[in-house]
Amino acid sequence: MFAYIVRRMFQSVIVLLVVGLVAFSMFRFVGDPIDNMLGQERTQADIDRLRSELGLDQPFPVQYFKFLQGAVQGNFGVSYRQGRPVSTIIAERAPATLELAFVSGVLAITLGIALGVFTAIRRQGVAANVIMTVSLIGVSLPTFLIGILLIYIFSVELDLLPSFGRGETVMIGNWSTGFLTTSGLKALILPAITLGLYQMTLIMRLVRSEMLEVMRADYVRFARARGLSDRVINFRHALKNTLVPVITITGLQLGSIIAFAIITETVFQWPGVGLLFINAIQFVDIPVMAAYLMLISVMFVTINLIVDLLYYAIDPRLRVDARAT
Amino acid sequence: MSLLTINDLTVEFPTRRQLFTAVDHVDLSVEPGEIHGLVGESGAGKSTIGAAIMGLLDRPGRIASGTIKLSGEQISGLDAEAMRGLRGKKISMIFQDPLTSLNPLFTVREQLVETIQAHLGGSDAEANKRARDLIDRVGIPDPDTRLDQYPHQFSGGMRQRVVIALALCTEPDVIIADEPTTALDVSVQAQILDLIKELATERQVGVILITHDMGVIADTTDKVTVMYAGKVVETGPTSQVMGRPSHEYTKSLIAAVPRPTLKLHRFPQISYGGRETRFAIEDMARHWPKVDNDTSKPVFEIRDLTKKFLQRKGLLPWDRTYFTAVDQVSFDIRAGEVFGVVGESGSGKSTVARMIAGLYPVDGGTITFEGQVVSDLKNRAALDAYRKNIQMIFQDPYSSLNPRMRVDDIVAEPIRHHRLMDGADIKRRVDELLDQVGLGHEAGLKYPHEFSGGQRQRISIARALATQPRFLICDEPTSALDVSIQAQILNILKDLQEHLGLTLLFISHDLPVVRQMCDRVAVMKQGKVVELQETNSLFANPQTEYASELLRLMPRLDDLSTEGLSAEG
Amino acid sequence: MTDTIETPTAAPKSRFAKFWDSDFAWSFRHSPVAIIASLVVIVLALAAIFAPLIAPYNPFDPATLNLMNGFTPPRTPNAFTQETFLMGTDDQGRDVFSTILYGMRISLFVGVSAVLLAMIIGVILGLMAAYFGGWTETIIMRIADVQLTFPAILVAMLIFGIAKGVTPPEYRNEMAIYVLIIAIALSDWVQFARVVRGAALVEKNKEYVQAARLIGRGSIPIMFRHILPNVLSPVLVIATISLALAIIAEATLSFLGVGAPPTQPSLGTLIRIGQGFLFSGEWWILFFPACTLLALALSVNLLGDWLRDALNPKLR
Repeated sequence: MFAYIVRRMFQSVIVLLVVGLVAFSMFRFVGDPIDNMLGQERTQADIDRLRSELGLDQPFPVQYFKFLQGAVQGNFGVSYRQGRPVSTIIAERAPATLELAFVSGVLAITLGIALGVFTAIRRQGVAANVIMTVSLIGVSLPTFLIGILLIYIFSVELDLLPSFGRGETVMIGNWSTGFLTTSGLKALILPAITLGLYQMTLIMRLVRSEMLEVMRADYVRFARARGLSDRVINFRHALKNTLVPVITITGLQLGSIIAFAIITETVFQWPGVGLLFINAIQFVDIPVMAAYLMLISVMFVTINLIVDLLYYAIDPRLRVDARAT
Repeated sequence: MSLLTINDLTVEFPTRRQLFTAVDHVDLSVEPGEIHGLVGESGAGKSTIGAAIMGLLDRPGRIASGTIKLSGEQISGLDAEAMRGLRGKKISMIFQDPLTSLNPLFTVREQLVETIQAHLGGSDAEANKRARDLIDRVGIPDPDTRLDQYPHQFSGGMRQRVVIALALCTEPDVIIADEPTTALDVSVQAQILDLIKELATERQVGVILITHDMGVIADTTDKVTVMYAGKVVETGPTSQVMGRPSHEYTKSLIAAVPRPTLKLHRFPQISYGGRETRFAIEDMARHWPKVDNDTSKPVFEIRDLTKKFLQRKGLLPWDRTYFTAVDQVSFDIRAGEVFGVVGESGSGKSTVARMIAGLYPVDGGTITFEGQVVSDLKNRAALDAYRKNIQMIFQDPYSSLNPRMRVDDIVAEPIRHHRLMDGADIKRRVDELLDQVGLGHEAGLKYPHEFSGGQRQRISIARALATQPRFLICDEPTSALDVSIQAQILNILKDLQEHLGLTLLFISHDLPVVRQMCDRVAVMKQGKVVELQETNSLFANPQTEYASELLRLMPRLDDLSTEGLSAEG
Repeated sequence: MTDTIETPTAAPKSRFAKFWDSDFAWSFRHSPVAIIASLVVIVLALAAIFAPLIAPYNPFDPATLNLMNGFTPPRTPNAFTQETFLMGTDDQGRDVFSTILYGMRISLFVGVSAVLLAMIIGVILGLMAAYFGGWTETIIMRIADVQLTFPAILVAMLIFGIAKGVTPPEYRNEMAIYVLIIAIALSDWVQFARVVRGAALVEKNKEYVQAARLIGRGSIPIMFRHILPNVLSPVLVIATISLALAIIAEATLSFLGVGAPPTQPSLGTLIRIGQGFLFSGEWWILFFPACTLLALALSVNLLGDWLRDALNPKLR
């Protein structure tokens, strides 16, 4: 058990170091930071001074090490565009994205698994086939179109829900939450559905195909031959075996919720880190891009670690390392 | 009144091209305490009968006519809910592969208890006690510990015992055992069959034992029904059907079974239901380069051959663990002989063959071919020259031919690779080879999936002979084939050795087959050669305990009719 | 059963007749969804390829543009010029129908090229990983794993962002389409590599591969002549599904303003433009490109779905 976790953590650290290298290379080689920070009127002395201030005259490994040191402390330098520390900007914006991701993640997982199981069990049923066909439309509909569609119906035509922004927020410590006000909750509905819908269809289709695969396994046939009821076979045997692959992919899907938040935030002008990132790309604001990259990789790595642990809890073949006798 | 009666049962599978009748007007009855064997070759419809009784026919199969009665009550045509009540309670089933029959994510106890409670209800304590008794009864030692283990912690034989315990949970009247020992080693097979026999007598359960193995039938069953193409051809007490078969098909089937006691010159060919295909060995021998087989000189000298496989990967050397598959094996193979290697699964016999073939690198020891060390050849030209002389026939005719290549390309590939001929010559040679193995040269234009298992094995033989090799490695060449096809392929291999002077390395787990084919035999166990003898003296007088144990567990087949067989002169 | 040779009774069938009679073709002929979906894909693809011939206007030729035509609703004569447009015009008086045809051209070009590139990279790396094993496999699959944790769209954005930083501003618009192709391809190859590796690992252990090694065939012929043809069906399925994903990814990137430039608008760019006018009542500027995109992605997805079932007989 311990060795397993240590090995996983070790791998996670390597992933972070590699991502750090990519982020750092962006800093170093994409565009000249000096160009970006100094205006047109500059002297060679200014350039040299800034160069040594930023440590750009030092060898590559030393710079990389310094970058990592900064990254660990949450220090990613100053945004080229806003002129403020990147860490401050991200801290302001993170709660918006995290709340949105949380709500749509819960939505996607619960509905996705429930519908997936339903369509797998009632394979031949009319309802299941309708759901499957609709889900294909869901997969073919880009997230941004879903968002526009929802805005058009619920904000423009019906005028029920706000079409942009977070509504009123309440500060709890450094965390600004939209969960505690009516307008905050109302503002959350459309973006959460937009973001969750696509992930939900993916999870549902995955659960369905994995479950159908498991239902063809010999042990399910044998369970049937032993006269176990369909309920026990479906929800005890098939579902538990389905969960093993589903957990892995669901973990990955949760990761992509953070990424797809970029699109949702753009459509709804949601003031989160995704919107920040897309603006950073348009203006080649490298420090913000690098920080965002590091931030979400930490998140992905954490999600993966949790997935691995869940895996470990479900599958006894990983737990017991004894030879068969 | 019989326990289970099947009357005029017909099972059909409608497909888009035709209506396939898998079971054709079959009658069958089973008494309490009786083991009723259902025997036949693949496609005979025997497993379909089992599935029909259980009400578990795969889509789109359906019972077209006939009735199935259990203790006088009709059970065919019952609705799903009523059928579920019967399954596990009145009729149970044991499947072929114990590795996949158990859910890997639940402990043995959980799977037993849920089955017991599904049918008998009762408290957890009662169910647990029953589960423990059952595990004890099927002969699993230390039941208290083993109940809480997961299936992957059990070996194949032990898992099959768990499967049997599950089938016995609720004292069923009938158990259907579909090839229950096919996936197991001989020694384990004997134990499982004994257990089934004991339980049938002790609990007065009627058992339908479905198998393709005549040895299992002769040793285990009280009555037997022989099937061919969905129809019953003969039924009766086992000793009568096996000893004095009346139907032509049964006779030819029994004649094709290799005997451990009697060495035959050739296997009798089955002539039932189709025409025989000729293997034109004389044609082939005419074009074959003459070899001078000096039997005193070894073709191969194997010394201290060792192979280790990585068992646990690790970044650091001391983190890795190895499993020694072949452990310092030494033997010689003499020119012109058939050298056998026998052993149970995991004994390392196939690994030895693959190292000789150059498919696995050698971890220790040497392989010398005609005086030249070949185990460390790196030079491409020298390797090719060696490879031209050795060829291999593989076990599974369904995976040993590339499904996306045409048969003539498959046979021509070795010729093209070694640049032995070009253009029209290649085509002529391929046509000749296909004619000679009895397929006809038209076969070259088809793809492998258009052929049956036996025909595919002939294509494999044609490919192996394309470079006119001197040495042929046969890795369980017939273990995936029906017994009648096995006889044909073994005859071809015998011809090759006799007329073309080929030397054969014959790998098998099947002692009677080895007895028929080999001049000398090495017995392997856990990577080591434990005994090496002339075949006849090994069977008459084994020197080691392990070899005698293997021979003891071999089905005796003494009761089988010997009609049509003649001993080697 | 005795080994007998079937004597061919009928004259040998032609290749086409054989294909027409195969289970694969049969399942296509009996699936109305597959037939309709493939028809839609073919019609849309032809419309895109022959856009210059079909389109009534060339939306990129300033000479034919008339700002007076701006915001003309579909099939209604313009108040000033009395011209009618099938799907109306946008703010600059461009015919929406023509911009869709040209936009689809770019969407499809980017999608197909990206998938082909991803397929080539993925198949080669996947085959190598499966066949060579050891360090080759570890390195390739580790990279794939790490990249897989990052969603494709994010990887594509990053690549786009980096490329934007590297290329001089005057080339940015010209390069944008190719950057887009490379970005999508590099974010998508992992799917192919994983599927090919999985299938090839199974094939590699089959005895026909060992037979080929025994003959002495080298790694390259074995990988490409023996293993590759046997792993093509899953590749085909992934390629179809990837095409739908690539079209959507392209539209998404363009919508976010990090894809096709306004000078070469794809369907996504058109939707981005149209979004601004939706709330002021000029719905057609957004509606028609959105429908086209949905029709394209949906029919490709339906085809992929059918293909997966047809090539995997055990699901039936």
